[in-house]
Amino acid sequence: MLPEPVIHELEDIVGRNNLIVDEHRIVAYDCDAYVAEKYMPSAVVFPETTEQVVAIVRCLGREGIPFLPRGAGTGLSGGATPLNHEVVISLAKMDKLLDLDFENRRATVQPGFVNLRLTKEMANDGFYYAPDPSSQSVCTIGGNFAENSGGSHCLKYGVTTNHVVAAEVVLPSGEVITVGEPYGDPIGYDLLGVLVGSEGTLGITTAITVKILPKAQAVKTFLAYFDRVDDASQTVSDIIAQGIVPAACEMMDQLMIHAVDKSVYHVGYPDDIEAVLLVEIDGMLESVEDNAQRVLDVCNQNRVRTVRVAQNDRERALWWNSRKMAFPAIGRISPDYLVQDGVIPRTKLSAVLQRISALSAEYGLRVANVFHAGDGNLHPLICYDARIEGQLQQALALGQRILEVCVDMGGSITGEHGVGIEKIGHMAYMFSEHDLKAQQDLRDVFNPQGLCNSGKLVPRPGACVEDRSMHHVVPPILVGVGPDGGS
Amino acid sequence: MVKSEALTDRSSEQTIKMFAGPDPDEYSKCVHCGFCLEVCPTYQQLSDENHSPRGRVFLIKQVAEGTLPLEAAVDPVFTCLDCRACETVCPSGVPVGHLIEMSRGQIHAARTQAQKQSRRERWMLRGLFSHPKRLRLAGNILRFYQVSGLRQLARSVGALKLLPSHLQEIEAGLPTVPLKPKERSLPLPVPHPASSSGRQPVRAALLTGCVMDVLFADVNDATARVIARNHMTVVVPEGQVCCGALHVHAGDREEAQALARRNIDAFLGAGSDFVVTNSAGCGAAMKEYGDLLRDDPAYREKAKTFSAMVRDISELLIEQGFDPPTGSLDQQVTYHDACHLCHAQGIREQPRQLIGAIAGVELVEMPDSDRCCGSAGVYNLTHPDMARQLLERKITDIPAEAEAVVMGNPGCMIQIRAGLAARERSTPVWHTVQLLDMAYQAEDQSSKR
Repeated sequence: MLPEPVIHELEDIVGRNNLIVDEHRIVAYDCDAYVAEKYMPSAVVFPETTEQVVAIVRCLGREGIPFLPRGAGTGLSGGATPLNHEVVISLAKMDKLLDLDFENRRATVQPGFVNLRLTKEMANDGFYYAPDPSSQSVCTIGGNFAENSGGSHCLKYGVTTNHVVAAEVVLPSGEVITVGEPYGDPIGYDLLGVLVGSEGTLGITTAITVKILPKAQAVKTFLAYFDRVDDASQTVSDIIAQGIVPAACEMMDQLMIHAVDKSVYHVGYPDDIEAVLLVEIDGMLESVEDNAQRVLDVCNQNRVRTVRVAQNDRERALWWNSRKMAFPAIGRISPDYLVQDGVIPRTKLSAVLQRISALSAEYGLRVANVFHAGDGNLHPLICYDARIEGQLQQALALGQRILEVCVDMGGSITGEHGVGIEKIGHMAYMFSEHDLKAQQDLRDVFNPQGLCNSGKLVPRPGACVEDRSMHHVVPPILVGVGPDGGS
Repeated sequence: MVKSEALTDRSSEQTIKMFAGPDPDEYSKCVHCGFCLEVCPTYQQLSDENHSPRGRVFLIKQVAEGTLPLEAAVDPVFTCLDCRACETVCPSGVPVGHLIEMSRGQIHAARTQAQKQSRRERWMLRGLFSHPKRLRLAGNILRFYQVSGLRQLARSVGALKLLPSHLQEIEAGLPTVPLKPKERSLPLPVPHPASSSGRQPVRAALLTGCVMDVLFADVNDATARVIARNHMTVVVPEGQVCCGALHVHAGDREEAQALARRNIDAFLGAGSDFVVTNSAGCGAAMKEYGDLLRDDPAYREKAKTFSAMVRDISELLIEQGFDPPTGSLDQQVTYHDACHLCHAQGIREQPRQLIGAIAGVELVEMPDSDRCCGSAGVYNLTHPDMARQLLERKITDIPAEAEAVVMGNPGCMIQIRAGLAARERSTPVWHTVQLLDMAYQAEDQSSKR
């Protein structure tokens, strides 16, 4: 519970209707879409302007009260979960489109603006916003900024950081900075690059300028059924080896197919196939025609059972919905699930899937797999039932083992979902203490009091017990020799 | 009134037992993904998780598990429109509408026990909607008010300003009550003779409905004519009553069950192939009688049989085939998807096919045609502020070029008519079946010439 004077001050800043302190109502903000861990916030506040965000942050900073930003709360790693009973600063009411500049191909939005709305807004003008996380119909661009979100079409078009060109950010001190350049390259250190993907630990963005793209002239979407997972993964490698860069290349395994076909996004996949591939080719008309034939050839060479081309936008949309709604469709077959976000070299796909299958058997928990096959980003969904004593712990342990397999294969623990609280314990498996120290030092520059979303992304000093480093991004010798001798 | 008082005073312990509350298997399906947020009209307006489907399911679960008191769920659960837009997108298949209704049942039972139920609400639901004669009487008073010059007088002297503003708006949306004989006797048209097959004509039993019967008897007449025009026999079973949808929405499941039993008896006794309705809310509720009476051994099976026979008028016509009218209407229309047609019954294409089959009619789609207009049963009476915000959005979305707004639900018709009147737009509001009926009449006139 917040002290009375703070409640009054927040009320004065945002108005009574934009503040929730009633404990029966703040409980709805005790987690995001990562439900394995929940913590009560001390309040939820809904600013509508940058000035209000500044005033809130200043007030809480002065009082030493922790806070964190929240978008739509669709994050999958607990980034918006109030681990330290933070005041949740919901940006859901900062949801305006501030500027649309077709000639220069830029859009500026407030952080609560929903990803897909941007594309819808421009659809009649032939433009779209490329990063398309599966939750794009709900998730906000502010949240995408924080998590550096990916999506199915990031194989060809890149992730959020490749599309954000400038941002207004309220630092934890209450200072407002503008980073990046709307047009052209910024001069000096890439502070925008630091902020994108910082998971709300360095500040709160209040306006974001992104690139917008003209729609491709032509697009073809393929749905290919495979009797064996090996053939499907070989197809992915072969398509890319041909020099084709598909707009998207997605795979689902049998359990996933069964779950999603039980949902409202029913495609009617054959029950007995081991894998389905969803491949999209876009670009100039001629190149799309040419590449489409090559994709079909590669599928046939790899013993595809059936491969179909979407006949119209409606069919294409159904196939995409079936893929994008896959995570939550797991609710059709399991009351709870944990999703992992490991990345592996594409060529290791079959081997990793075999390991996952063995681990699934070992833990006695079903694992469905859906992944951005083109860039080796796996999403194993671990099915569990939280009502059964001990199953959540088993699921977490299995998740950890799967991520270790990914790292051991030369990959990473997260492709696009962020570290949050979910993977923070795995950071030490991937990074050395020195690497982590360097990241902590960076965080302290922006967030010296540690009030802004503390305990996420980078473990607190002393929290890393293991040093089984796989990724020495900073050579140990360089850490702590900055001009001020480090911190 | 005495009778309904007696009903509510039945053993409250028994009432609570009957409505044990939401089913854990239903709320456990929610994986908290949040994909429902953006389609939820109340979340769109309030941006508050507590007023989102995910938030409400979470609260319902917390209450069921005893970590929150029942009182915590009241406001979010009753602010829900029960429009079920969330069910249309939910990948994991959470029956949010049913959970909301069960939760309301739980709250209603607790309130009845504590005698906290609003008298006005109880009078409306049990004292008025449940009684066809009282509704007709109310309709006659309303008709007298509308056609006697009283309405003109009230408007001209500003007497309506004495009403709360939301009631003033709804008053503007009410159609002029058609003149009806004291006892309902829908003139039943005979099946159109041009039936090509030698089969026995399909028998369609029409639910005349509580509100429809009083305020929209002309829509009922059009429905009967259109069914007959398409070679089916229309029957109107005696003894039918309100479908109980409003009661289910308000949490009064007991009264809804009583009404359902009476309808089941009336319709199953009429020997028809289908139970047909032109009201989306009634159709959705009647298709769920099977669930409403699942704990009633005497009616469980009958209710399932009944529910399987229920068809919306647009659904019936597409399923049984209809003669495309040759008469031309020559106008641009837009279509509003009533929540209980598109979200609750999955009926989106059928009305559009009917509209598209009329020569000269061009369908101009409005943005977010399936977003609730705020009518939602009696929601516009219980939550006027939210209802007004949603109506504002809906009216803004109606394309300027539309010469008529077409839909398949009486509540939406009143609401949208009121919204158009408030903006001084004279665009008429039609039921889908009325548009079709007009096209058939145009056909008859041109063939007479």
